[in-house]
Amino acid sequence: MSDEILFDIFEPGESPLPHANDEVAVGIDLGTTNSVVAISKDGRPEVLRDAKARALIPSVVAYGQDGSVIVGHEAREQILDRPQDVVSSIKRLMGRGLEDVKAVAGQLPFVVDQDATGMVRLIVAGRTLSPVEISADILRAVRDQAERALGKKVPKAVITVPAYFDDAARTATKDAARLAGIEVLRLVNEPTAAALAYGLDQGAEGLYAVYDLGGGTFDVSLLRMEKGVFQVKATGGDAALGGDDIDHLIAEKFLAERGEAKLDAGKVKQALMTARVAKECLTSRDGGEWMLEFEGRTSRHQLTRAELETMIAPLVLRTMTICRQVLEDGGAQPADVKGVVLVGGSTRVPAVRKAVADLFGTLPLANINPDEVVAVGAAQQAEALTHGSDTLLLDVTPLSLGLETMGGIVEKVIFRNTPIPTAMAQEFTTYQDGQTAMMIHVVQGERELVSQNRSLARFTLSGIPPMAAGAARIRVTFTVDADGLLTVSARETATGVESEVQVKPSYGLSEDEMADMLKDSLEHAKEDMAARVLAEAKVEARRNALAVIAALSHDGDLLSPEERLVIDQALAGLDCACTGNDRDVVLAASEELEAATKPFAEKRMDRGIRKALAGVSMDNLEKRVGE
Amino acid sequence: MKIDVHHTDGLEACVVECWSCKGPASPRALFCSVCGAVQPPRPLDHFQRLGMMPGFDVDLSELERHYFGFQRRLHPDRFAGKSGKEKLHSQQQAMALNEAYETLKDPLKRAVYLLKLKGCKLDDADGATISDPKLLMEQMEAREALMEADSAEEVQAILARTESDIAFAVDDLSQAFQAACLMGAEKLVLRLKYLIRLSDEARGRKARLMKGA
Ligand SMILES: [Zn+2]
Repeated sequence: MSDEILFDIFEPGESPLPHANDEVAVGIDLGTTNSVVAISKDGRPEVLRDAKARALIPSVVAYGQDGSVIVGHEAREQILDRPQDVVSSIKRLMGRGLEDVKAVAGQLPFVVDQDATGMVRLIVAGRTLSPVEISADILRAVRDQAERALGKKVPKAVITVPAYFDDAARTATKDAARLAGIEVLRLVNEPTAAALAYGLDQGAEGLYAVYDLGGGTFDVSLLRMEKGVFQVKATGGDAALGGDDIDHLIAEKFLAERGEAKLDAGKVKQALMTARVAKECLTSRDGGEWMLEFEGRTSRHQLTRAELETMIAPLVLRTMTICRQVLEDGGAQPADVKGVVLVGGSTRVPAVRKAVADLFGTLPLANINPDEVVAVGAAQQAEALTHGSDTLLLDVTPLSLGLETMGGIVEKVIFRNTPIPTAMAQEFTTYQDGQTAMMIHVVQGERELVSQNRSLARFTLSGIPPMAAGAARIRVTFTVDADGLLTVSARETATGVESEVQVKPSYGLSEDEMADMLKDSLEHAKEDMAARVLAEAKVEARRNALAVIAALSHDGDLLSPEERLVIDQALAGLDCACTGNDRDVVLAASEELEAATKPFAEKRMDRGIRKALAGVSMDNLEKRVGE
Repeated sequence: MKIDVHHTDGLEACVVECWSCKGPASPRALFCSVCGAVQPPRPLDHFQRLGMMPGFDVDLSELERHYFGFQRRLHPDRFAGKSGKEKLHSQQQAMALNEAYETLKDPLKRAVYLLKLKGCKLDDADGATISDPKLLMEQMEAREALMEADSAEEVQAILARTESDIAFAVDDLSQAFQAACLMGAEKLVLRLKYLIRLSDEARGRKARLMKGA
C-alpha cells in the first residue's frame, strides 16, 4: 500500500473543485456589423434578447457632444442624421496602425489620428477615441443586454475573435473587455465556436470545414470533430474581407450612376445603407430597383442578382483560393470534408453558397442561424470553462511568427497551424566583436520579407557581455497561450548572464494608458478591478489551505500535537482572513501558513525520499503513466 | 539523511517536491497524489511524455488517443477557474504535449528526433549540402524535370511520383530503424527531407499553373 500512495496519479475530476462556480459566464460574438450574446446552462444554449426579442445588437456607437454614448439599434438609426458622430465597423480597426487603415479611412467620416505607439485614434464628437474604447462601449451594451435578460450580474465571458485576427487585434479585443469590466475567460476563434455549436447540437463527426464570411472578416477552418474532441487542423482567412465589401461595391455603383460630384460622409453612409438593403433583397429575389435621395434629388438604380454576382465574383473567388490553401495545409482533399458549416450573415448570398457547395461537393449546413451560431458556441465554451466539460477544443495559431534577420528576411519561429498553446525557442548570435546589445524585431505573417509582414514588436536586448562575434548565445522564446496571444522573451545563455525581456506587442494599450482609461471610465470599473484582485488572492489562499489540509490527512502522523496546533492555527487565521475583504490580510495569512508548514513539508519530503530509496518500483510507475 | 532534491531533475530523481503542498511527488505524476495540484512538465522525452513505446513505427491512432487523453486532463481549458500557478503549469504541460505530438506524428520529424535521442548529430541547416552523389544526381534531375514541366498535368505526374517515393522512403526508414542501422537512417532522413521539399515545390508550381490557366 505504501508505494501506492506515493505514485498514485490523481485524476483532476476527483479533486474537489475549488468552489463550484455559481457566477454567470456568457459567450459574446463581438461582430463587425452585429454583436450577439448567449448563455448555456446544463448544456442548453440560449441566445439572450432585448425587450423587443431582438438578438442582434448592431455594433454601432453614437457619441454625443454632451458625452452621451448610445449603442445598438438606436445608434444605427442616427447614422444618417449625424454621421460624423456615429461609429460602425470598428472591428476592422482593432489593433491596426494608421498605415493599415489608410485603405478603409476613406470610408470613415472621422478624423483619423495616431498616438505615440502608432495606434489609430478617431476624433468623434469632440473626443479622441481608440478602437479599444469604442469596442468597450459595445461590450458594455452587450453585457447590459445579458444582465437585463438574466436578471443578474455577468462578470465573465468567452469572447470570439476571427481566427485570422493577428496578435495585435486579439490583444486589443482583450483590452476592450478589460476596459468594459468583463473578465475574459478565453478568446475563442469564431469558426471554432461555430463548429463547437454544431458538434454539440447536431452531433457532427468527421472532418468539417467552417466557412465564416462576416461583416468585415473572412475565416475558414478545417476541423476534425469526434468523441467530444474538436481539433482544428488548419485555418486561414483574410482579416479585411467581408460583407462590408459587397455593400461598398453596390454603393460605389449607385453613386457612380448618380454622378455625384462631391461625396460626404452622409451621402456615403446613405448609399451604403441602401446597398445593404439591396444585397439582402437579392438573396431571395432576382432583381429590383432602389432609390437614393439626397440634396433634393432622387435617383433610381436597378440591380439584378446576376449583375451582383458578376460584381462580387472576384471576392468570392478570393475566399475559394483561401479555402483551397487551408485544405492543403490540413492535408485534405475537398472530398474528405464531410460537411461545411456556414457562419456570418454574408453567407446568405446565393453566389457564396453555390461556390462553397461546388468546391466541397456538399450542400453547406446552415441549420443553426448563421448570425447566432458563433455566440452559441462561445456560450457553450463559457459553460465548459466554468462548470467543467468532457469536450476538448484544440486550436491552432493562424499566422506564422518570426524574427527579423540580416537583410530584412524573416526567420520563422512558429509556423502557422501549430497547435496552441505552444512555445518555441530559437538561438541567435552576435555578428560583431564586443557587441553588447541586439535589436529584436518580432513579425507575424507568411511572407519572406519583414516589410511584407505585420510588425508586432521591437525591443532591444541589452547587457550582453562583450564577446567575440558569434560567441554569445541569445535564446529568444515565443510563447503563444490558449487565447492565441504571444509573449516573447530573450536571454543570453552563453555566459550565464540572463537578461530577460517580456514583450507586449505594439498597437495595444500600454499599462499606463489602460490605467488612465480605467480611471476615467465608470467608477465601478475600478471597484470591479479591486474586487477581481481580491478574488484571485482568495482563490490562491483557499487552494493553499486545501493543499495543506490534504497533506495533513495524508501525513499528519509526522507531527507532534504542538506542531499540529501551530498549523491548525495558521489555517484558522487564513480562513478568517478570507472572510474579510482586505487583500493584504489574505496575503499575509497565506505567508504565515507557508511559514508554519515549512517544518512539516521538510518531514514529508524526508519520508518520501526514504520510501523511494527503500525500493519503490519504477516499472510500476511507468506502466501507469502510459495508460 | 538529507538529500537535495531540488538540483536533481528528470528520472534520476525518484522524488520531486510538489509545488503546492510541498510534499514528495513522483517525477512522472501529472497531479500530486496528496493535494491534487497539477504538476509542471518534467524533462521526459516525447515518447515517454505521450506514453508511447520509443521507436520509428508509431501507431498514429494510438498516438492520437494518448495525446487527446493527456490533453483532456491537462489543457488550460480545464484550469480556467483555477489559481495562476495551476494555469501556468497546465499551459506548460499542454505545450509539452503539443510539441511531443507534433514531433511524433510526422515521420520526418520523428526520425530526426529519434536519431538525436540515439546520439546522432544531424545537420539541421536547411542548406545542408548533399554529399551522397546518387542522391544529388536524383534530386537535380527531379528538380530539372519540375522546372521544365509547363502544364498542371505534368506537374501532377511528378507530384504523384514524389509522393510515392516519400512513402517508400518512410518504409525504408522503418526498416533501417528496425535493423538499428543509424547510418542508413541518417541517409534516408536526408533523402526524405529533399523529397518533401520537392513535393512542396511541385504543389506550389501546380497551384500557380492552375491559377494561370
Ligand atoms: Zn501536492
